[in-house]
Amino acid sequence: MIFTRRVLAIAWKDLIAEWRDRESITAMCFFAFLVLFLFNFALGGDQALIRQASSGLLWLAFAFTGVLGLARSVQSELVNDCLDGLLLYPAEREAIYLGKLLGSFTVILLVELISFPLFAVLYNMNIWSQLPKLLLITAPATLGFAAAGTLMSTMTVGLRAREAMLPFLLFPMTIPLILAAVRGTEVVLRREAFELAMPWLKLMAAFDVLFLVGSVLTFELLVEE
Amino acid sequence: MIGRSVERALGILTVIGLVIGLYIAFIYAPADAVQGDVQRLMYLHVPLILVSYLAFFVVFVASILYLWRRRQQHDAIAHSSAEIGVLFTALAIAVGSIWGRPTWGVWWTWDARLTTSAILLLMFLGYLMLRTLVDDPSRGARFCAVLGIIGFLDVPIIHLSVVWWRTLHQPASILRPGPSTVASDMQVALYTNLAAFVLLYGYLLVKRLQVEGARQELFRLQMELLG
Repeated sequence: MIFTRRVLAIAWKDLIAEWRDRESITAMCFFAFLVLFLFNFALGGDQALIRQASSGLLWLAFAFTGVLGLARSVQSELVNDCLDGLLLYPAEREAIYLGKLLGSFTVILLVELISFPLFAVLYNMNIWSQLPKLLLITAPATLGFAAAGTLMSTMTVGLRAREAMLPFLLFPMTIPLILAAVRGTEVVLRREAFELAMPWLKLMAAFDVLFLVGSVLTFELLVEE
Repeated sequence: MIGRSVERALGILTVIGLVIGLYIAFIYAPADAVQGDVQRLMYLHVPLILVSYLAFFVVFVASILYLWRRRQQHDAIAHSSAEIGVLFTALAIAVGSIWGRPTWGVWWTWDARLTTSAILLLMFLGYLMLRTLVDDPSRGARFCAVLGIIGFLDVPIIHLSVVWWRTLHQPASILRPGPSTVASDMQVALYTNLAAFVLLYGYLLVKRLQVEGARQELFRLQMELLG
């Protein structure tokens, strides 16, 4: 019980900090918009082609914006030695990890929710009736991405080349997740039977479990002095 | 550390193994009925990729041991094995590409196994980069141990995902070439070369560990001199 409260307290702290300046969310939303906008030119405005590639484009935009948010989430703790302060917080290291994860997860999911209407308008898609199914795909994908990302972000935060290193470590590892999300979204957008998305959901579940357990077990090793 | 005599014996065995492997691959084994002499690349390609899997498995085990016991030696083994693994994977992909061009007609195809190997290469390139970027050695060792463990556990999931990705919606259009039942002469050639490459891996690992030991000794002496 107290463990849950501590996790929530850390996530709450992150979300309040985010709400105060709204820097991450604004940057991420703008970036997602930009990526979706630019893909239109990359594919030469061919509507049939764009429709076919739309779920891939959507998840590419989410992956890029997600990295942006994850990098900032841990990096912001470096200012004024906040990380040291956070480590002094009388909670298990696991609670700190889960708190940071929950904060990032919420922010990324929010950006994704804002991007959906944008996507629907730009690519001329009717996604409203499919929204619950779409969320069923989005939530586990975002959770796994945030879980792996929080861990990798903690690894790379002190490095000189952190901007390059975070995606370099994160993207190869999260390929199963991105692949599953793209395929699952494809099933939903094409209005095929939802059973076709089940193997991909199972894959995402396996990935989420692996990274949550692995991260909780190893996070302490990354922040120990 | 491993003694000089063991190292020398390993080196000699490796050379003998590789020479026998070359002889068997080029002269003893028959040319493939369909692919001709190009198929002989298999005796290089398959051992390279199998030994690179072995190398990454060693990284995984050594990483767990390092986090558990915190012995410098385990970290050195993980680091050295990762370097050799990256080298072997890259070579296996390059050789496979050279083989694929005449047999499949393309340098690269998004076959499940190829994709997994490429991702594995990328992941462990990231592992080696992370090592060079972290200034504090003990911190770098810890980070890389975590990365080595999680990365290795992720590999089965990556493999599963790319297999599904290729086969769920469309039947596999390009299957692996070569006969499904390998002729016994070819099997002998393959296993001999595999054994030779495992020896080569062992020898390279020992050599790399010696370099690492020398580097640490140098560091210690420098510290001593500087006070």
